[in-house]
Amino acid sequence: MTRMDKRDAFSRRSLLKAGGAVVISVGMPIGLESLLAISSALAQGGKPPLVPNQLSTYIAITADGGVSAFFGKMDMGQGLATAISQMVAEELDVQVERVTVLMGDTGTSVNQGGASSSNGVQDGGKQMRAAAAEARRVLVEMAAEKLGVPADQLTVTNGVVQAAADATKKVSYADLIGGRYFNVQLNWNKQIGNALYAPGKAKPKSPSEYKIVGKPIKRTDIAPKVFSQQGFVTDVKVPGMVHARTIRPEIAGAVPVKVDEGSIKDIPGARVVWDQGFLAVVADKEWDALKAARALKVEWSDAKPPFPSEAALYDHIRKAPVRKREVDKGQSGNVDEAFKTAARVIEAEYEWPFQSHAGMGPGCAVVEIKDGGATVWTSSQKPHYTRDGVAATLDLPPDKVHGIWVSGPGCYGRNDAGDAAMDATVIAKAVGRPVRLQYSRAEGTAWDPKGPASIHRARAAVDAAGQVIGYDFVSKAFSRIDVMFHEGQPHDTLAGQLRGVALKSGDGFRVPEESYAFPNKRMSWETIAPLLDRASPLRTAHLRDPVGPQIHFASESFLDEIAVALSIDPIELRLRHVKDARDIAVIKAVAEKSGWQQRSSPRRDQSGSTVSGRGIAYCQRSGTRVAIVAEVEVDRRSGKIWARKFTVAHDCGQIINPRNLTQTIEGNVVQGLSRTLWEETHFDNKNVTSVDWQSYPILDITDTPETIDVALIDRPDVASSGAGEPAIRVVAAAVANAIFDATGVRLRRVPFSPDRVKAALS
Amino acid sequence: MAKMSLDVNGKVHTIDADPDMPLLYALRGDLGLNNPQFGCGLAQCGACTVHLNGQPVRSCVTPVSAVGSGKVVTLAGLGTPDKPHPLQTAYIEEEVFQCGYCINGWIMTAAELLARKKKPTDAEIKDALTGLKCRCGTHVSIMRAVKRAAEMMG
Repeated sequence: MTRMDKRDAFSRRSLLKAGGAVVISVGMPIGLESLLAISSALAQGGKPPLVPNQLSTYIAITADGGVSAFFGKMDMGQGLATAISQMVAEELDVQVERVTVLMGDTGTSVNQGGASSSNGVQDGGKQMRAAAAEARRVLVEMAAEKLGVPADQLTVTNGVVQAAADATKKVSYADLIGGRYFNVQLNWNKQIGNALYAPGKAKPKSPSEYKIVGKPIKRTDIAPKVFSQQGFVTDVKVPGMVHARTIRPEIAGAVPVKVDEGSIKDIPGARVVWDQGFLAVVADKEWDALKAARALKVEWSDAKPPFPSEAALYDHIRKAPVRKREVDKGQSGNVDEAFKTAARVIEAEYEWPFQSHAGMGPGCAVVEIKDGGATVWTSSQKPHYTRDGVAATLDLPPDKVHGIWVSGPGCYGRNDAGDAAMDATVIAKAVGRPVRLQYSRAEGTAWDPKGPASIHRARAAVDAAGQVIGYDFVSKAFSRIDVMFHEGQPHDTLAGQLRGVALKSGDGFRVPEESYAFPNKRMSWETIAPLLDRASPLRTAHLRDPVGPQIHFASESFLDEIAVALSIDPIELRLRHVKDARDIAVIKAVAEKSGWQQRSSPRRDQSGSTVSGRGIAYCQRSGTRVAIVAEVEVDRRSGKIWARKFTVAHDCGQIINPRNLTQTIEGNVVQGLSRTLWEETHFDNKNVTSVDWQSYPILDITDTPETIDVALIDRPDVASSGAGEPAIRVVAAAVANAIFDATGVRLRRVPFSPDRVKAALS
Repeated sequence: MAKMSLDVNGKVHTIDADPDMPLLYALRGDLGLNNPQFGCGLAQCGACTVHLNGQPVRSCVTPVSAVGSGKVVTLAGLGTPDKPHPLQTAYIEEEVFQCGYCINGWIMTAAELLARKKKPTDAEIKDALTGLKCRCGTHVSIMRAVKRAAEMMG
């Protein structure tokens, strides 16, 4: 971000604008002398440049006393904006409805990492809380000066500062600063993105003082959409814009060698944009762009089919050379020796397929290039990086590009929104007009970055006394960062790779997050190369809780396999080995809430075609703890699974908004259930063959659980950790364990679609 | 191209369009409405759902020429902040959606169900809504909201 290097320019501009303005800022105990000394440098009329170390970057008081909170992350639909408004209102002592959270606009917010890693509250909220606390401190100091009352004798209620001893002595935030900007330096840690932190001198409130944080404040973003008053990124309209469609090859990796523009000459306004491997059409009307995309005659290069058959996927992963191996630094003891001395070894292997974001709507973006700069409207989860990617594509400095986040079809990671923005940029540059691009359904399902396919091998060494003395867990998989989790550089985008920028495939995977103690324990991962090294529909990247569902499906299924082998209740086994007190608490809470009856699995008391069972799984995720119990019914004749009930115990530290948190957990469970029961990207040796909702089925309302019972564990004095992803990672294992409990059959490959379950049961 | 009139949310509009063009593109492009949304173009998800003479139809596969003099109602025409449809009120009270891109399908389809069936059972609700897609996984909230709206409608 070049803007951050311009702090000097910022203070110069402040000086220039200072004449005659009221002093609105303090950086030290205030007195007349210091006021006179600093006043010329501190006045702010217009909006100052965005720099991470200025309070004005995060908080402003409007002329009518409202609070604007400028947030460099965004709410992807889980109610984050409401949580942020609560944290800001709490620290500033204003009513929560007076706070407006302005999100993800590169013109009004610095890069706080965008939506990322469930840390909207954990990191983003922490910064906004610190800024709001500092704003209150500064406002009280200003009021102290104005009222002639020491700051420690002032109270604030609903944005009015008042003398504790004399109610007639009062002044509002609006009167102190409304409509102008703070000029208060913060102590910035020199980081951008998720790690950005810039507190002031103020100490945020103690949780015991909270009046707004922790309350189920309602979201305000529902009504405008329910009444169709607020549009999505798909609804952005720019004068003069054309509609575009990109065109993908039948064989992945093929490039156009001959394009017959005459084949679309009868379609009004239709034009071709062709640059190396990149091919698109535009027209004035969207329907005409669609028709042109269908009608265009293209001759493609003679590409060799790049993929193995789908049936050979897991063999391919097993046999592929390891590109990078990493052993978790927390390993203990001597694992190999433990296995040599074991009386018994339990082992299993698990498989997880490629999965698609398959957004509710395919990716969409609008790009306008004019006056030496550009504007991009995007629903990407990281619009500051989208801005950087557009700038790189156009060879412009980032500060010439304005990224505007607009809500779009749900985004749960590095989906197709970022690619749509880069494609639209290339097309806008070529046609010289603003461009709106929305992908086809087939592109949205077949050509988005995929969650990586993986295999996981787990072994446990058991001694003659039945104690687990060794544990070895290894994942082998495609990388979670074959393309990066944002579109900030062309080599991570389809448009870049199709126009000749080489892929820079990175290596990343993870290990289980839990606190099981075994005397000898090793957890590791291995990554393999992508199947196609350019513009691949099977390129892999972050999909909600990147690689968490696959890893914990394996690790938590395996814990149950150990329990079965040792004929121990699966919760009892977990409690024997889990060491962290908060982990123990969530496991005990879910056992109690679900009415868990202690016994080993499977049940042996059922006959008939429909059988039922229960399963437990637990995990950590970046500080958050989740334990979940699934209760399922299995139709043995059809293979159909119905997860009738889930019970979830969830501890993410201090709770900001219990209602939004509960619904976020529900969404995690249901989306996790969809990925567990149905989702699998199909392909043949030429290309991805999952192109719509028939060939990439997801959970249907008829699969919806009857009950999702959530037990929230609030820890007001523990810093909040994330909630956007932790619960999704344990769903598959809980369901697999419940299916085993019901049937005695262990499913080790996701998804548990009816045909696969039926085959396993027969 | 052919000139056609379209009755949308009680107003008649004249458009000049390809008769084969799906209604979705007339609503979004020619009329400039924000909803319905494009989800699949294959009648598989419901994001484009509108009412045609009171029946939910997938506008992404309904040729504009097939609409004739039929009355089209979109989500914006179902109710307003001053006069909301019970489902809209229930959606707000239950804070149903996450991204909200799918709501045309769920609300317009459920509205037709509630118009013909008082207090439907869970099975009847699921039967009416099967096939609609929600990617955020808000299905349990959707069930709560439809039941709440049914209660409001008595």
